[in-house]
Amino acid sequence: MDRLIKTFSCWLLIILVWSGAALAAASPRVLGVREKLPNGLVWLFSEQSGLPLVTLKLLVKAGTLQDPKGKEGLANLTASLLLSGTQRRSATQIAQELDFLGARLGAAGGDDFAEVSLTILKKDLAAGLDLFQDILLHPAFAPPEVRRKVAEIKASLKSDEDEPMVVASRAFNKDLFGAFPYGHPIRGTQAGLTAITPKTLKEFHRRYYRPNNAILSVSGDLTLDEARKWVTQIFGSWPAGEIPPPQLPPIPRLQEDRVVVIDKDISQANIILGNLGISRANPDFYALQVMNYILGGGGFASRLMDNIRVNRGLAYSVSSGFSPGLEPGPIAVSLETKNASSAEAVAQVLAEMRRIRQEPVTAAELSDAKSYLIGSFPRKMDSLAKRAWLMAYAEFYGLGLDYPWRYPDLIRNLTPGDIQRVAAKYLHPDKYLLVVVGKKSAMPPPFGVAPRAGGEEKKDVKKQTHP
Amino acid sequence: MMVRNFKNIGVTLITKMIKARFLNPPKKEARSRRRPGRFPWPLLPVMALACLLLLAILSAPGGAAGPNLFDLVVEHQLKNGLKVLLLKEPRAPIISLQVWYRVGSRNEELGKTGISHLTEHLMFKGTEKYGPKDFSRLVQKAGGNDNAFTSRNYTAYFENGPKTELPRWLEMEADRMRNLKVSQEDFDTEKKVVLEERRLRTEDDPVNFLMEEVMATTFKAHPYQWPVIGWFHDIETISRDEFLQYYRRYYSPNNCTVVVVGDIDPQETLKQIEATFGALPAGPPPPPVTALEPRQWGERRVVVHREAQLPFLIMAYHTPNWRDPDAYPLEMLARVLSQGRSSRLYHNLVYKEKLALDAGADYNFDSTDPSVFTLYGQPLPGKTVPQLEAALEGEVKRLQTELVGEKELQKAKNQTVASFYMRLDSLFYRGMLLGRLETVAKWTLIKEFVPKILQVTREDVRRVARKYLVANNRNVGILSPIKTDKPKMERFSPGGQIN
Repeated sequence: MDRLIKTFSCWLLIILVWSGAALAAASPRVLGVREKLPNGLVWLFSEQSGLPLVTLKLLVKAGTLQDPKGKEGLANLTASLLLSGTQRRSATQIAQELDFLGARLGAAGGDDFAEVSLTILKKDLAAGLDLFQDILLHPAFAPPEVRRKVAEIKASLKSDEDEPMVVASRAFNKDLFGAFPYGHPIRGTQAGLTAITPKTLKEFHRRYYRPNNAILSVSGDLTLDEARKWVTQIFGSWPAGEIPPPQLPPIPRLQEDRVVVIDKDISQANIILGNLGISRANPDFYALQVMNYILGGGGFASRLMDNIRVNRGLAYSVSSGFSPGLEPGPIAVSLETKNASSAEAVAQVLAEMRRIRQEPVTAAELSDAKSYLIGSFPRKMDSLAKRAWLMAYAEFYGLGLDYPWRYPDLIRNLTPGDIQRVAAKYLHPDKYLLVVVGKKSAMPPPFGVAPRAGGEEKKDVKKQTHP
Repeated sequence: MMVRNFKNIGVTLITKMIKARFLNPPKKEARSRRRPGRFPWPLLPVMALACLLLLAILSAPGGAAGPNLFDLVVEHQLKNGLKVLLLKEPRAPIISLQVWYRVGSRNEELGKTGISHLTEHLMFKGTEKYGPKDFSRLVQKAGGNDNAFTSRNYTAYFENGPKTELPRWLEMEADRMRNLKVSQEDFDTEKKVVLEERRLRTEDDPVNFLMEEVMATTFKAHPYQWPVIGWFHDIETISRDEFLQYYRRYYSPNNCTVVVVGDIDPQETLKQIEATFGALPAGPPPPPVTALEPRQWGERRVVVHREAQLPFLIMAYHTPNWRDPDAYPLEMLARVLSQGRSSRLYHNLVYKEKLALDAGADYNFDSTDPSVFTLYGQPLPGKTVPQLEAALEGEVKRLQTELVGEKELQKAKNQTVASFYMRLDSLFYRGMLLGRLETVAKWTLIKEFVPKILQVTREDVRRVARKYLVANNRNVGILSPIKTDKPKMERFSPGGQIN
């Protein structure tokens, strides 16, 4: 589900800005201060003094994209094991120290990066940073801890299959991306996890966990001088290293529409329909954001919600979203509806996709979408954690710390023609990937017992790659 | 335990799931909603409590440094009985408006379960003044977001967004408190939506399904026995007239608390509230809920046989709520058991024994009527429910015989304090805390809370473990997976595994 969920919250993810204006103490035109240590670590800082707290977020370019073939889940496992013991501390000691401070220290994998984050009371900062440094630089990857974590992740991958949308989303990503790393869950696969040894983990950590491959974002009740002192002290001795360039297989290209039906004894059909979308660096991002809001990203202001939920009562949840990463992510619609209405719901999704491709959006729709996207900025930046995250995000994807102040113009100047153009370019109602997880005997054709002409038979369509 | 996602809070349903997603943190957190070991139950109370405690600490004499938030709350009651709580927080030009009604599934009756939640959905269907599709669109157009949620004890509506929108939003909320217009057609369609919601949340989610069974087993006389969303057939058969009657009975100023948090001038805001809500007449007082769950005289067990990947175990014990002094040690007990990786259940059962994928404890401190203390866990593949049950019972036994460590109790108190600061980072959450407490108890409970938590002793913790976590007071629920073939995928070659 990971990637799909990401898809649906993406557009607003990007707009977590603006109220930076109200919050930034030093300069109202940037989110914070940007500096670089001699070892190459870029760090960002924003002073926020409302509560006696400090938040740190470290993004390391060691995500799913760095998962080697056959060891799916390595990047996430490496991150997850940071808290499971260092050369000085056992996993239990780390947990006890953290819990006694009441601090939150976490490490987790992601598609494009791994993230290590800490939130702590200011008075406990020294102790918290000592832990942070220790788990980041000196993880032990002790064999019993590795075995324990692998067993846990394997079980969780299994347990997740009780959520039909997870089953759908895994099938969707697997089919859309093929061997490309976005095609497997961040937590990996049973086979990939089995192939990972402590040695592999140490090597992965040694290679990718380097200051010149990371971004640190700090926000909280500190002055710039205090922050600089701490960052230098904790991260200054982290040695730089050469980072191998990623070796990514090509993403397969859909030739015609494909339908995957997964039979499961449940009351609803869980449906995902979509295509490959864009990367975050694609300049179509902003037009696509507005298009998506109008189509299905804007909740009750969106066409899909209005049509499928409000007018027809077919679903509780229906939405569209796109998920741009360093590499192109999916653009897709997802919904759950009782098995019997699966075909009707899909027909309506396709109809809405066609409509937004064929007709320009109305002036009112466009203006409402723009005013929402621009006007909801302040709330997307109103906490320490959100601000630290936004700075890191803007830096990671190369948006610049002035992004919040450039954003309104990027949205405001879009025309109905721009929206229609990206709809036509990225939505493909005649050539899509469709995954349906539901009870076959309760679904009408084409997903139910009677096979659809040209439906499942297309399963062996050859995949082609992007040039 | 951390709060993962609104969706997973079984006691609190959000009308617009799609927006609930939007309200949630961006991608990396958002994905945690799919993380394993989720316990889909009363996380919200824990979160609320956390904030409550922080507020309390901030306001306690000699408490931690920080703004004295508690002192800044402006409390007022209008002539029609409407309660107003205002909290100024000018960090950004935004506000959170929240309208809390003292009605939830505990106010329902058999045969009509789910009517509170259905009413919440129908509140978005418009009035004379604002058409059926206008409400959310007007809010979003201004850069705001709106949503609503229903629990066993309350129903709440909110708008978050630019402060300049407050007068309009107050007017819209006051309008729909008394002037809702719902056509038969909209009524019928919305019921279909709610049935889809029930399919999504419960019918197709084995652990949520089990939780429903456990509550139905635990309570036989009190309305906490049925789920907030209601039984499927009840939702299907509730009529528009019944809904209208329910709406008129409970949606009145004297059954409501309005909360505004954010960049406001409280006096000015109060005037605006007077001008909008103040014009509404008071209604007759809603009928009180008099049901009282009798003492339980022996263990009850319920088993659910459904398709599932892993079994699940829940043990629910009747406990008192915030009204009873025992609530404070029970709160500490839950934290000692399951707060953080060094907590007893995680450390012993998940980490050391490798018995469970997840195990935890939860306590309903702030429910309107006495609710439950819960232990739960999901056995790892190869481990069994009886093994896990024995291990949980072993932990209970230990708490009843040995005192918790001095440092261990201090750790639980430290965690509570620290997590409160972290929660208060959210403006919306501050409002939620006020509205929720005022609705289930009284918001000034804050004053008493911290001193009482800090007074909890090791002996208290042992005493409540002995008093409540006993076999005769226990309700055990077991999810027993039916063996089935792996879901079959049409498209992939045989052996192609779904990861």
